[in-house]
Amino acid sequence: MDPAVTAAIAAALPARAVVTDPARLRTYESDGLTHYRATPGLVVLPETTDQVAAVVRVCAEHRVPFVARGSGTGLSGGALPRADGVLVVLSRMRAIRAVRPEDQRADVEPGVINLDVTRAAAPHGHYYAPDPSSQLVCSIGGNVAENSGGAHCLKYGFTTNHVLSLELVTADGEVVTLGTDAPDAPGYDLVGAVVGSEGTLGVVTAATVRLVRSPEAVRTVLAGFRTTDDAGAATSAIIAAGVVPAAVEMMDALAVEAAEAAVQCRYPDGAGAVLVVEVDGPAAEVAAEFAAVERLCREHGAFEVRVASDPAERALIWRGRKSAFAAVGRISPDYLVQDGVIPRTALPEVLRDIAELSRESGVRVANVFHAGDGNLHPLVLFDDSVPGAAAAAERVSGAILDLCVARGGSITGEHGVGVDKAAYLPRMFTDADLDTMQLVRCAFDPAGLANPGKVFPTPRLCGEAPGPRRGVHPLQAAGLGEVF
Amino acid sequence: MAGLPVGDAGDRDDVGHLGGAGDVDGVPVGSVARPASTAEVADVLRAAAADGLAVVPCGRGTKLTWGRPPERADVLVDLSAMDRVVEHAAGDLVLVAEAGAPVASVAEVIAGAGQRLAVDEIVPGSTVGGTVATAAAGPLRLLAGGVRDLLIGVTVVRADGTVARAGGKVVKNVAGYDLGKLLTGSYGTLAVLTEVVFRLHPVPAARRFLRVASDDPAALAALAAAVRRSPVVASALEIDLPGEGPGSLTVLLEGTADGVAGRVSVAAELLPGAELTDSPPPPWAALPWDPAARGDDRATGLKVTCRLSGLAELLYAARAAPVAVRLRGSAGVGVLLGAIPAGTEPAPAAAAVAGLRATAGRLGGSLVVLDAPAAVKAAVDVWGPVPGLDLMRRVKRQFDPDGRLSPGRFAGGI
Repeated sequence: MDPAVTAAIAAALPARAVVTDPARLRTYESDGLTHYRATPGLVVLPETTDQVAAVVRVCAEHRVPFVARGSGTGLSGGALPRADGVLVVLSRMRAIRAVRPEDQRADVEPGVINLDVTRAAAPHGHYYAPDPSSQLVCSIGGNVAENSGGAHCLKYGFTTNHVLSLELVTADGEVVTLGTDAPDAPGYDLVGAVVGSEGTLGVVTAATVRLVRSPEAVRTVLAGFRTTDDAGAATSAIIAAGVVPAAVEMMDALAVEAAEAAVQCRYPDGAGAVLVVEVDGPAAEVAAEFAAVERLCREHGAFEVRVASDPAERALIWRGRKSAFAAVGRISPDYLVQDGVIPRTALPEVLRDIAELSRESGVRVANVFHAGDGNLHPLVLFDDSVPGAAAAAERVSGAILDLCVARGGSITGEHGVGVDKAAYLPRMFTDADLDTMQLVRCAFDPAGLANPGKVFPTPRLCGEAPGPRRGVHPLQAAGLGEVF
Repeated sequence: MAGLPVGDAGDRDDVGHLGGAGDVDGVPVGSVARPASTAEVADVLRAAAADGLAVVPCGRGTKLTWGRPPERADVLVDLSAMDRVVEHAAGDLVLVAEAGAPVASVAEVIAGAGQRLAVDEIVPGSTVGGTVATAAAGPLRLLAGGVRDLLIGVTVVRADGTVARAGGKVVKNVAGYDLGKLLTGSYGTLAVLTEVVFRLHPVPAARRFLRVASDDPAALAALAAAVRRSPVVASALEIDLPGEGPGSLTVLLEGTADGVAGRVSVAAELLPGAELTDSPPPPWAALPWDPAARGDDRATGLKVTCRLSGLAELLYAARAAPVAVRLRGSAGVGVLLGAIPAGTEPAPAAAAVAGLRATAGRLGGSLVVLDAPAAVKAAVDVWGPVPGLDLMRRVKRQFDPDGRLSPGRFAGGI
């Protein structure tokens, strides 16, 4: 790192907020996707918005890239540091500034842990709906960057549906507030643009989020099926019946085996697939919907249907599902996790195609997914000590994404593109699509300093619109951009 | 613009729905293009770019006067010929439609599958594209969110004729930037929407409406808060407060037959004396002004928002304004529509706007003048203060560097 940059940042921040020791820098070399590593040039742990702004201003002045990081649990390498850049770690900005049940809002700093918002709101009869599996450790800032989902987003939506307002440090170090406490703030929906932009439009330093009233009743069922086809058919039947469950999760036999080994969740023996279906809402409604869910599971071949009768049983059912990724470590030394999305109705075919890919390649694939919204999490297993195994796993992983795209789906449902899937983005979008998205990037960050190298495989040269152009570019004329 | 589907505004019968005057809110239209495909829209925009012409996109023109009048309207791109439902993936609860498809005809197509697009048609005759461009949502937004929350994919044509897509046909999707959010409520100033993809919802088996009336705005707001705090989970929670006389609060409960019956009894305890109906009590999902009125016959239509705890104060402010403002909208979301009667002089209308805007701003919300007679628009700040305006201007310059898409219609002169 340029000593002038380090000095300027050190002058603006308390000593405890600046990390230069190489050993400590290395502890930040990756996020949740550990096979991408880079030791950051400098790490800062700001405690206030002003400190974040000061750091970004130094970066802007010296043309040094910066990467924001929350808890570092992301699964697409979105917070992979830059060796030539500053890593802005927001975990010390973890104040819940206000919980306002009468407004159904909470005002939080970016380092606040997802589940802590719910914990703070629970005494008031409310909770924060987006619940990624990592909610015990992941931060709201990271959720905002990735537009995180979770098991319950089938009914309640994603982070973007729950953020009303953001405080943003722009790429030139200005502090702006986007959105208002109420929805439909006048002007462009910049909150909607920033949520899910993976840290490429600036650094979020506070968020006002929606709180949802805690449901009066929650019922959870675990159903064992002989095949994933049967479980998929049950899922489609539930949706077709007009039931909107809070969550519909599926695991195949290999994923169940891993979960059993790890957390002894006591899923049904001999199941080729299990479904976890949760229904929540007013008690009267839940009773009616739950009866339909139970009946439809049985009608579609469930050989065992287990209803959680108390919170402990419910927690046990969820423990198997939520620990699935980590559990796979019990049955394979290494794995890749994918996050593709398909139209829900294509589920049985795509699962058969994945099984076929697995047979052909000899690479084992465990499937854990949000069946209700077609979001697959195939865990591609391999042993990195076997030569060529990692490459074979990569090939299978990529082929699965191709299956998703071919069915009109997406390469990522909730993990984000990051550095991991940037190369796959052109399989979904044309050059013109990606160019158009990057117009937003050019508006927010013409110099390309906010988390460069993420999301887009090829950066757009801002201020240089394609096609014929007359006269000087308005951005240059306005002094806002330059051609480089 | 030879070879393109373009004609003079004056001699086309098929643009009668645009008011017949060949103008956009008083600004004369040079020519009208009526493309039938995204490729034809791209042709029109390339031709307009070559000639430096200002382009105003529109659907059926039902909200074409919303916002400020454009500075120029050289080419009106009328998308009403692009009215097809492209795909209804019923099993996936997804709908793809051309921008010019009327909301009502989309509703008809999907109703057969027991599904609905949870956007109320608050302006009769609206197209899906116009609904997105103006972010026009109604009572069901409490249940399903606003237009932004239902839109999962877009195809747009940029000012230079580039065709681009974002999002897709699956609900859960974080690949690339979510341009649909940016386009929602952008009033034709960033790009021309040609195709939209929505998530759909199942039509519930049963529904009941509970309506209570009261002279006291604070009582209505308190009832709304009580319903929000209760476990009944309303699909809509609508308040309607005329400039004078009693107002009302209407709760919509939807679900299974048994479930709704149980919830109605809970809600009825919160709302003593509530009138119970199976069909929506008028004026459900209707603007508080006449959207068919044109020119100086228009009322001044507002969108007023506030944080949920500020509802009572906002209602009082509406009553205390120099001219009484009728407010109607979602007490469960904090987004209301307001009307100052047609014929109100510009000065008192402007004073009412300024006063109510100050209150809304203090309550964490905002006020935008959606529509008004020319003299009122000239007398007020239509968009009011806008957080993040500088970034918005930068976004506009990137998408439309020459400022030719609905120039001047939007916030901050965008």
